Amino acid sequence: MNKELLGILVIFGSTVLLAVPLGRYLATVYRGDKSWSDFLGPLERLLYRLGGVRPEREMSWQQHLVALLTINLVWFVWAMFVLCTQGSLPLNPDHNPSMTPDQAFNTAVSFLVNCNLQHYSGESGATYFSQVFCLMFLQFVTAATGLAACVVVFNALRDRTTEKLGNFYVYFTRSITRVLLPLSLVVALVVAFQGTPMTWLGKAPLVTMQGDSTFVSRGPAAAMIGIKQIGTNGGGFFGVNSAHPLENPTYLTNAVENGAIVLVPIAMALAFGYYLGRPRLGWMVFGVMTAGYLLLQVPTVYLEMHGNPAITHLGVDQRLGSLEGKEMRLGAPASALWAITTTVTSNGSVNAMHDSLTPLSGMDALLGMMTNAFYGGVGVGFLNFFVFIIVSVFISGLMVGRTPEFLGKKIEAREMKIAIVIALLHPLLILAGTALAAHLYVGNPTAYAGWLANPGYHGFSEMLYEFTSSAANNGSGFEGLGDNTPWWNISTGVVMILSRYLPIIGPVAIAGLLARKKYIPESAGTLRTDTGTFGIMVFFVIWIIAALAFFPALALGPLAEHFTLYAK
Amino acid sequence: MRQPDGTMVAMSSAQLQKGQVFVVEAGELIPTDGEIIEGLATIDESAITGESAPVIREAGGDKSSVTGGTQVLSDRIVVQVTTAPGESFLDKMIALVEGASRQKTPNEIALTILLAGFTLVFVIVCVTLQPFAEYAHTPIAISAFIALFVCLIPTTIGGLLSAIGIAGMDRALRANVITKSGKAVETAGDIDVLLLDKTGTITIGNRKATHFWPAPGVPLLEFVEKATISSLTDETPEGKSIVELARDNQVSPQALQSRLDGAELIKFTAETRSSGVTLASGTRIRKGAADAIRRLAEAAGQPYHADVADRVKAVASNGGTPLVVSENDRVLGVVELQDIIKPGIQERFERLRKMGIKTVMVTGDNPLTAKFIAEKAGVDDFIAEAKPEDKMQYIRAEQQAGKLVAMMGDGTNDAPALAQADVGVAMNSGTQAAKEAGNMVDLDNDPTKLIEVVEIGKQLLMTRGTLTTFSIANDVAKYFAIVPALFMVAIPALGALNVMGLKSPQSAILSAVIFNALIIPALVPLALKGVAYQAVGASALLRRNLLIYGLGGVIVPFIGIKVIDLIVGVFL
Repeated sequence: MNKELLGILVIFGSTVLLAVPLGRYLATVYRGDKSWSDFLGPLERLLYRLGGVRPEREMSWQQHLVALLTINLVWFVWAMFVLCTQGSLPLNPDHNPSMTPDQAFNTAVSFLVNCNLQHYSGESGATYFSQVFCLMFLQFVTAATGLAACVVVFNALRDRTTEKLGNFYVYFTRSITRVLLPLSLVVALVVAFQGTPMTWLGKAPLVTMQGDSTFVSRGPAAAMIGIKQIGTNGGGFFGVNSAHPLENPTYLTNAVENGAIVLVPIAMALAFGYYLGRPRLGWMVFGVMTAGYLLLQVPTVYLEMHGNPAITHLGVDQRLGSLEGKEMRLGAPASALWAITTTVTSNGSVNAMHDSLTPLSGMDALLGMMTNAFYGGVGVGFLNFFVFIIVSVFISGLMVGRTPEFLGKKIEAREMKIAIVIALLHPLLILAGTALAAHLYVGNPTAYAGWLANPGYHGFSEMLYEFTSSAANNGSGFEGLGDNTPWWNISTGVVMILSRYLPIIGPVAIAGLLARKKYIPESAGTLRTDTGTFGIMVFFVIWIIAALAFFPALALGPLAEHFTLYAK
Repeated sequence: MRQPDGTMVAMSSAQLQKGQVFVVEAGELIPTDGEIIEGLATIDESAITGESAPVIREAGGDKSSVTGGTQVLSDRIVVQVTTAPGESFLDKMIALVEGASRQKTPNEIALTILLAGFTLVFVIVCVTLQPFAEYAHTPIAISAFIALFVCLIPTTIGGLLSAIGIAGMDRALRANVITKSGKAVETAGDIDVLLLDKTGTITIGNRKATHFWPAPGVPLLEFVEKATISSLTDETPEGKSIVELARDNQVSPQALQSRLDGAELIKFTAETRSSGVTLASGTRIRKGAADAIRRLAEAAGQPYHADVADRVKAVASNGGTPLVVSENDRVLGVVELQDIIKPGIQERFERLRKMGIKTVMVTGDNPLTAKFIAEKAGVDDFIAEAKPEDKMQYIRAEQQAGKLVAMMGDGTNDAPALAQADVGVAMNSGTQAAKEAGNMVDLDNDPTKLIEVVEIGKQLLMTRGTLTTFSIANDVAKYFAIVPALFMVAIPALGALNVMGLKSPQSAILSAVIFNALIIPALVPLALKGVAYQAVGASALLRRNLLIYGLGGVIVPFIGIKVIDLIVGVFL
């Protein structure tokens, strides 16, 4: 068998194998049951005392959201302050300047919402202080925010009637101390031992093999890479992310970093089942997510391994696959694996340039973000999936002539309205944003010529990708887009805020409303949700909504490019 | 109306004021509520109570009040009006009926939200397509935009909704149920709670004797004989059932008939709470309530065995009614009367449970008896010692918990509850008020008809749900017809998306629009026939409908549009 294919199978397979025990562990931690990590209890209690948090105080869903939004606002102010003044702050050995306000806004928002869209390059656009104390700090706390919101939903779906859904700060703190810190420490250690720098020193002088002398950027990178991957953040230390040899030095680091992207999202899907004591349900969610993931992953690997016909026409040997924009040391299949893994989750780190993917692979990456529920971001991936479950339960209810219910709670008009609004928000933000950008560009192509490196279908894909990536809180870039302008900074910033908080507020509200309802034990008439039939239903609902919303846009971008390219 | 000076004036019943006096004669309707001040009459009160036997009302005493809307059958009475206009019993009932507003069904709201959601998606898609097309230098004609939008929005299901509703009413009619609106049928399909009267629905009419329990030292045969003799002339259903049971115990009632010669019959009265015969020989045989016979026995110095007392208790706690029989004040034994649960009713309740419906038994029995029968019949809950207000309260409580409630009833005192219930089925034999209040009338007077109505409702809901799915699934094919057609001229490569191989952009758009128009009438027969409901469990049902209407909905338009294109292509 092809060694490269074997490599990616091992990466994905071992990730799933690790996710199963992790899922059990997450359920234990969030239920508050005994676990090996209880030795961290005193530390957590100290943090609660310092923060004035009473861990035994249970919150309603509204109080959870207030707590979540308040601490997020505080972080935003901190991030704006650091990014706008970083040039004068300490730990800036390379003397990088402060950010302009619109870029600081975009960056602050982007890291605050766990998106990590980067309209700057880490080497020249940020200082060590802002990388560590602003950006990496946000990578931990925003991932924990997503996990905590997800646990609120888990808690609300237990079989009882209640207003009390646990303490937000407890979920949040435990996410950091017991999940994110240990896991990212492991990843950081692996990459550090493989050669990623972890230093406060400035650029290192280097004489190249040709005898030129140059400088190589470095810094406290290894620490950030761990949480970048584990927390589905994706914002790299260096501008080209994990395609940079210091950020992703070897095949081993590539495997670890790639696995780290989906580890927690997969574990969270399984944790859902373990938490509720219905493991089958967790496996149903995992099954649907995996089916959706493979549907995108398999063709992408195939296409990237078979090269680009335009280059074949030039008489170039493409037996190693389409290598434009890829790292030779990683190869086409591993790059394809990463491209889809990073887009289905809301990670957004890259180890190859997505701009250079073949058109249909680019479309698969786009679809990963358009569906945004196959694994998804830490915590928030499940929240998106939960919205689709609600919609599916609802349509199924119509199909079997019965008021729909999920886990013993009736789904009624109010929950459905919220779910539909959240499901609609995603296509609305993507399509409206892209339409505005397209309209501006068409209105004055010369003024906005700097936007698009490739006008035509590919340019359209670039704009579509930028908004899709923002709306999916993914943060990967198609690049090739001149995106550090006020228009892109502000428009994508607004899209990121809306598409982060509304899809958290919506599912938490639905779950909170459901938690208040009377628990109706399952009867023979109940539509079971932990079955293959229901899984297929959810699968189709996700795809039909994505297809109906995005087919015309995809036809004008990647599909037009693909058929034009392959028609030759 | 009789004026204070004694002269008579004819006037409209609506003008009668409190305190005025009117005269009603045989055959006339009593205009409003009042009190008889002169005379006596038999009155048909079936309009209010549902009881067809006439009642006697007379001046003075506690039987002097008459109700507006009831009919005087004989004699002539003078009545003083006791209520102001608009406050009579009937007015209050009407107000209750009108005041009880019906909820919109969850399913109806569901569908609205879903269709609105999908329509919004298509609005977004069509509006944003304009700048996209501008960017791609492929201006789209306004007519093409309209074609795309019309094809995408869920018009199919919109056009079929009324047909599905009417078909539901029609199916109900064929089951001999008249419905007042399609919505009532639909609601029936979504019912969570079903209120059923015990008598006639769950049990067969009356109690029946099921067992003879002789007292210690009394031979069974003797006891049975004496019990039979006491019941031979008893015309009550209980008495008849004792004779019947005796026959099953090898005692011939005919043979015993002769013993009654010259006997004196003792009727049941509320004071003695017993009945029986005193034979020509002077032997007194009595049967009646346990405590009544016990008093007789103790007064005569006869022993009342502990065994008998235990038996009485045992029968009562089993949901039965104990009758004690004595001969010359000597206790002979206990006859057990039991409610007979209709054969097959458990299975019906089981089926309802499978549909997810909670059944509630309504009965005037004491809670102990009610509980026993409820358990035996397999209903989920019961209301014992039920008064009309209790039903109303129960229904309200369930509705507040978000449930939809159905009930059947026939009396006017059921009317407010029938109106409050989301589905109220009135018996055709019931009162006018009940029929007004309910939203369905069952012509067969069959209390189990509700089960059929529920199935018809489910069928209606499913038909709508599956056709909605079908309609939305259709859009996939329409995209493949229209999107390439829109851009094929400017971007020839997109011709590859024309998987159906449609002849030209014009014929493609035309075919999609024609298909869109034709699919509505084509689906009307299905909408009318309805999607079959089977109680096979929700998952199996979903699997089947998903396969037929979901997958079918994706495939059918591909074929349909291609066929239409072949035909249209000839003319273009």
